[in-house]
Amino acid sequence: MSGKYRLTLYVTGNTPRSERAIANLLKLCRHHLAGRYDLSIVDVLEDPETAEEERILVTPTLVKEAPSPVQRIIGDLSDLEAVLMGLDLTT
Amino acid sequence: MILEAPQPDDFDADRIDKLATGIDGFDFLAEGGVPQGRTTLVVGTAGSAKTVFACQFLAEGIQRGESGVFVTFEEPPKAVRKNMRGFGWNIRQWEAEGKWAFVDASPQLSEKPVVSGEYDLGALLARLEFAIRKVKATRVSMDSLGAIFSHLNDTAQVRTDLFRIASVLREMKVTSILTAERTDEYGDISRYGVEEFVADNVVILRNALVDEKRRRTVEVLKYRGTSHQKGEFPFTVISNQGIVVIPLSAIELEQSSSNLRITSGNKILDTMCGGGFFQNSVVLVSGATGTGKTLMVTEFVAGGAANDERCLLFAFEESREQLFRNAKGWGVDYGKMEKEGTLRVICRYPETTGLEEHLVKIKEELDEFQPNRVAVDSLSALERVSTLRGFREFIVSLTSFIKEREVAGLFTSTTPTLVGGTSITEAHISTITDSIILLRYVEIYGEMRRGLTVLKMRGSMHDKDIREFSIDGEGMHVGNPFRSVTGILTGNPVYMAQSELDRMNDLFRGGP
Repeated sequence: MSGKYRLTLYVTGNTPRSERAIANLLKLCRHHLAGRYDLSIVDVLEDPETAEEERILVTPTLVKEAPSPVQRIIGDLSDLEAVLMGLDLTT
Repeated sequence: MILEAPQPDDFDADRIDKLATGIDGFDFLAEGGVPQGRTTLVVGTAGSAKTVFACQFLAEGIQRGESGVFVTFEEPPKAVRKNMRGFGWNIRQWEAEGKWAFVDASPQLSEKPVVSGEYDLGALLARLEFAIRKVKATRVSMDSLGAIFSHLNDTAQVRTDLFRIASVLREMKVTSILTAERTDEYGDISRYGVEEFVADNVVILRNALVDEKRRRTVEVLKYRGTSHQKGEFPFTVISNQGIVVIPLSAIELEQSSSNLRITSGNKILDTMCGGGFFQNSVVLVSGATGTGKTLMVTEFVAGGAANDERCLLFAFEESREQLFRNAKGWGVDYGKMEKEGTLRVICRYPETTGLEEHLVKIKEELDEFQPNRVAVDSLSALERVSTLRGFREFIVSLTSFIKEREVAGLFTSTTPTLVGGTSITEAHISTITDSIILLRYVEIYGEMRRGLTVLKMRGSMHDKDIREFSIDGEGMHVGNPFRSVTGILTGNPVYMAQSELDRMNDLFRGGP
């Protein structure tokens, strides 16, 4: 397992669900990806154009852009097992 | 925005306005269109033309200067652009002109998302709002809901979000169409039970299989708080046009009737009819094969052309060459008449399309050619390609198209048996047509002869005799009544000897 993780999290404004997703993701990154990730957060209310280009349907959506393959994880990321599996971080 | 205090008697303010969809015929049965600022659910089985409806709603809007947003849950925009080209809708160009915007919510095949916790359709709503603002849309179509339910498992959440989307659209004063699948033509309204909370208005598109023939209909099931026509209306999907609804109940029995007479093309027949056909009446000519129906059509056309009237002839049984040759055999030159512009002959095979499409094409020809006379030879050929109900609707519509244009119509109908008898066609249309002329074979002493009678002529005196007629190179010659034969129309002619006739006559005269 090598290379840097490039992650984008799409949320909708400051809803509790958005904040929960952000908090869950930051915690996960600290524990599992410390020092080897780039994270950007896109608020679809402010940037709907990017959401259109990336065809984001639901929020929150986490997109793992690198390493390949690209993987989408939807939901507030409260199910840690599922997120780890989606990010290919299960050992 | 100026807010005014509501007037207590301003009843009209609470009225729900309708937005004309522009879909031909639909606005009539929907009594003006779809409720403005609301979401209308359009449901139908696979292949019921939901996507065409959704696209046409936007396309017609654009032609009226209103922009639209198309949310596609199923086909990618590329496929929609391609599939709709055949209807003459250049979506790519409208996109370039800022009149049409896609929100692409079609499934991405390459990846299946992992689900971790709760989510909602907030991103879709944000994209939709953005697209609406971008093109200043007043119309939105969302097609079709089934797909979104199949790639998001949390159906309760999706329903809640759809409700949210519908209310946001309402706040933005956008009128929208939402399509959804159903499994049966006559069953639950939609598969996912969205109708209860998403839309107050439900339209059903059907594509039922009846007697091995497809019959498309559209029905407005409910319009909360506003009126609409009840029941199913046939429609057809035509290239370069899209959906065309045939609004049956709009066209019945509203025509005025004329007292002007026109020639049937045959002097003696004119006399039998009390001076000719009426100008805007429909005449049915019924007879077995070979009795002379096509000849009557030819004389009707020739009689019109001789008076510089324009004639439109629809032939569903014979090819152009056959028709022209037959006419020539009776001394009528169709080719010359077409060149002079008094005649247009349209030959079509009944089986090429459905009856609804034939009707729409006939209507187009009527509007384009503006004839004084129309002949259809024969209706029976069209009967083969339709259900009984569809056929009746066709005849009602055709008759009213003809009558509302103040045109004289002549239809022919073939009886299934050689002598006597009636056809299904007649059973369906005898009450609709104004006049009926019967052509019959009469068997006398082993010889086949032909008889003609005017069975009915609305609003006029007419000859009640059954007259013998013959056909030669100059056309039809109507002669004397059959005096010594009874039972011709029932197909059982009984010959009465002259001596018997004399005896009967003498009886009434009071003896020799």
